[in-house]
Amino acid sequence: MTRGHAPNGPPPLPRGPIAWARRHLFNTWYNAILTLGALYLIALGLKAAIGWIIVDAVWLGGSEACHAAKGEGACWALIAEKHRFILFGTYPYEEQWRPALAVALFVAAVGLSTWRRLWSRALVVGWFVLFAALALLLHGGVFGLTPVSTELWGGLPLTILLSVIGIGLSLPLAVLLALGRRSSMPLIRAISVGYIELVRGVPLISILFMASVMFPLFLPEGVTINKLLRAQVGIILFSAAYLAEVVRGGLQAIPSGQYEAADALGLGYWRKMRLVILPQALRLVIPPMVNSFIATFKDTSLVIIIGLYDLLGAVRTATNDPLWRAFTTEGYIFVAAIFFVFCSFMSRYSRRLEQGAGERRPQ
Amino acid sequence: MSAPIIELRQVHKWFARFHVLRAIDLSVKAGERIVICGPSGSGKSTLIRCINRLETHQKGTIIVDGIELTERTRDIEAVRRKVGMVFQQFNLFPHLTALQNCTLAPIWVQGLPKRAAEEAAMRYLERVRIPEQAHKYPGQLSGGQQQRVAIARALCLNPKIMLFDEPTSALDPEMIKEVLDVIVELAESGMTMLCVTHEMGFARRVADRVIFMDEGEIVEAAPPERFFGAPENERTRQFLSQVLAH
Amino acid sequence: MVERPPGGAWVWLGSRGARAIVYQTLVIAALGALGYYLVANTLDNLASRNIATGFGFLDREAGFPIAEHAVAYSPASSYGRAYLVGILNTLQVAAIGIGLATVLGTLVGIARLSSNWLIARLASSYIGVLRNIPLILQLFFWYGLVLALPGPRDALEAVGGHVYLSNRGFAFALPGFDSVHAWALILVGLGIVAAIGFGIFVRWRQARSGRRLPVFWPAVAFTIGPAAILFAASGAPLDWQRPALTGFNIVGGGRLSPEFFALVFGLTTYTAAYIAEVVRAGILAVPRGQSEAALALGLGRGRMLRFVILPQALRLIVPPATNQYLNLTKNSSLAVGIGYQELVSIGNTTINQTGQAIEGIAMIMAVYLTISLTISALMNLYNRRIALKVR
Repeated sequence: MTRGHAPNGPPPLPRGPIAWARRHLFNTWYNAILTLGALYLIALGLKAAIGWIIVDAVWLGGSEACHAAKGEGACWALIAEKHRFILFGTYPYEEQWRPALAVALFVAAVGLSTWRRLWSRALVVGWFVLFAALALLLHGGVFGLTPVSTELWGGLPLTILLSVIGIGLSLPLAVLLALGRRSSMPLIRAISVGYIELVRGVPLISILFMASVMFPLFLPEGVTINKLLRAQVGIILFSAAYLAEVVRGGLQAIPSGQYEAADALGLGYWRKMRLVILPQALRLVIPPMVNSFIATFKDTSLVIIIGLYDLLGAVRTATNDPLWRAFTTEGYIFVAAIFFVFCSFMSRYSRRLEQGAGERRPQ
Repeated sequence: MSAPIIELRQVHKWFARFHVLRAIDLSVKAGERIVICGPSGSGKSTLIRCINRLETHQKGTIIVDGIELTERTRDIEAVRRKVGMVFQQFNLFPHLTALQNCTLAPIWVQGLPKRAAEEAAMRYLERVRIPEQAHKYPGQLSGGQQQRVAIARALCLNPKIMLFDEPTSALDPEMIKEVLDVIVELAESGMTMLCVTHEMGFARRVADRVIFMDEGEIVEAAPPERFFGAPENERTRQFLSQVLAH
Repeated sequence: MVERPPGGAWVWLGSRGARAIVYQTLVIAALGALGYYLVANTLDNLASRNIATGFGFLDREAGFPIAEHAVAYSPASSYGRAYLVGILNTLQVAAIGIGLATVLGTLVGIARLSSNWLIARLASSYIGVLRNIPLILQLFFWYGLVLALPGPRDALEAVGGHVYLSNRGFAFALPGFDSVHAWALILVGLGIVAAIGFGIFVRWRQARSGRRLPVFWPAVAFTIGPAAILFAASGAPLDWQRPALTGFNIVGGGRLSPEFFALVFGLTTYTAAYIAEVVRAGILAVPRGQSEAALALGLGRGRMLRFVILPQALRLIVPPATNQYLNLTKNSSLAVGIGYQELVSIGNTTINQTGQAIEGIAMIMAVYLTISLTISALMNLYNRRIALKVR
């Protein structure tokens, strides 16, 4: 098809940065005004930001150094001084290599799981094993590791633990709820719809309050479960309702021919679901599931309200120190950066999955 | 017949690096009926879309009814008022009824009173033989009915020229005839029209000239008898043998 | 069906209907047993802690102050009253937040589609940053920034002392009441009626003669013109009640507390990032053929947007946008983290003071559920009305 340009035909579009700017920044008079205005604001913002974040910032030293420079620049000395506490909370200082190792293993596992080739049942089993191992690593008491009570867990490992277990364990419940919502049995359907709509209608905080003040009332006298576990149960119950709707979307997207074909093979309901429908439906909803995971990952920071020390809780505690109280903003920026890196990695990944859905089929 | 109503001189167009139209020369007299055919990707749709500037050409001149198409919005809108277009996918506005689809432009572009616009629209809907569907929404109509509404919508502006971009390609076979009949009738009334289509029977019946395009060029242009009877170019012959094979 | 031993009972059990009944009975029984177990435990626990069940506590004196209240409230008021204040505060934050987030979100969404590379990039960075950081963290951040502002003595001052920004919040001047204001308001009301009448007249005239008069600016003139003339004629009596530093605080005029300011700001900017994506997706989802058809008919860009693109995009935008409105309403409960006293915060205080955990949480959930279900119902109604008619 390509025969080059017609004789003395002009190149279709001029190239080079000036032509590019003309086309994309100054193509109309109002775009030119917008561009100049935006450039001006960006320049102002950058100047202030660079001054505060880099040039005038205090990088090392104690809080006195920061107070001396108050107002002029950021106090990154706070991070230098407190990063271990922010990242790992009240976990015993000498043992903090354990949560560090756990986070490293987790990140490595996430990295491996993004590789489509490895998607298989073994990977799911692998994740369960990994999480049991990580919990054991944090908890200690075996292999000569000092036991560390869950009350002391905190920081980034806690955030990861709550969100990954939250999504992992809510998935089975979500699948049941989604099947229930599409069931032909009126009572089952009513119960599923009721649960899903009830939970989706109220804020997570109210569920967490419920978990923290009502669960103890539900249990027989003398039986107590710790705060961490209560929050975890709350998160699971909450995200199950949202995930159920995601799964339902996948179930609805499966063409009815698949159901009919399974029926024609004489498969019963559960076998039909397990062998034919769910494998396809769940695969379809992986991108929205990653989005749910991001939501849960962000939501876990709410456990601070019921007094757990995840990343956000840890940074609040760290800056509660009267010496550093003036520098909470720096602490928040540090934590926000960590959340941003994790979340934007995941959302980029889910977008890529969405775009590439159905692309890599075996030829 | 004096000056041509549409005149294209040495028109070139590129999509990024892809040269879609190469040195197109074409002039159309008022009342002339032209059918354009050619393999997919040959630039035939792009050609007629350049005539009402849904696509911009990058080199050459296009003059429609005395107005040269340039960047000037005023000229473009003036040309568009004189040129009606019918699309392959109908492109009816799904939130408006058939009648509202037809009256939207007359009311807002031509400043016709609503009542007059509606009366005119009803006349055109009658002409395409679906007055009874006037108050239905496009989603409630069949493909053939939708395309006929689309034709009526284009006619409501009293255009001097009609462009048809594969008007029957998206239709089920049994609906093609009802749409073609309407177009044939329109052709017989003396409307200037350019029609991109693969319906060779239709071309034979109504065209004054059949144009064959390939790889962005006009390869052959001839009256239907000569075009189908004794095509000069090898590429034309090959194309015809493929389309007419069944 | 796979082979089953023959026999009446087995055949019956194998039938679909029977199995459905058995399943449902089992599920109900299991849920019932679980419910009974939980209720029994709860009653035991309550008894052993001497907590009476029921809503009797609502009449008791609350005893805690609430800084911002839309209806009269003092610590001597009842818990019931405190709840009412909380509900009103929640609704107020939600309403203001929804309004602002809609405007900001629409702007950002359109900017994201701009042909200007820089503007589109800025919009997408905004969306990326705001969506990938937990809301509660953003609220803490904004609240921290407001508190880091100078104190009332060094408050940032703007518009000639009409506006003060300090760590005590945002203080602004309010015009003192004058009878002219009331008359002006009445004129605005009449003006709106006149503007509507004018719109109808223009439409009627168009239908008859096809000639069209401009509508927008005349309508604006009708609405504010007479009031403005009256106002100017009577010497523009405004008598600004300006906030002023008295002792250690700024008093007078209107005031937004730092908590309210941070909460509304945070909720607005966060939700706007989501609404922007909704708006963008809605506009992009209108097929390109629609704008081509409109252009081919000679409708200019403005009319194309107004008559063809927007009506279709709105149908796609409204349902997900409503979802975001609901999220904003639910997210307003995060106010508890920065000490703005809305429903959840007041409910939490009540629970801590009275121990009435079940009732307290039930009331919080009931309010949110009512809001959610009402809005969903309205949404379904709207969707049914605007649904495109198809065969």
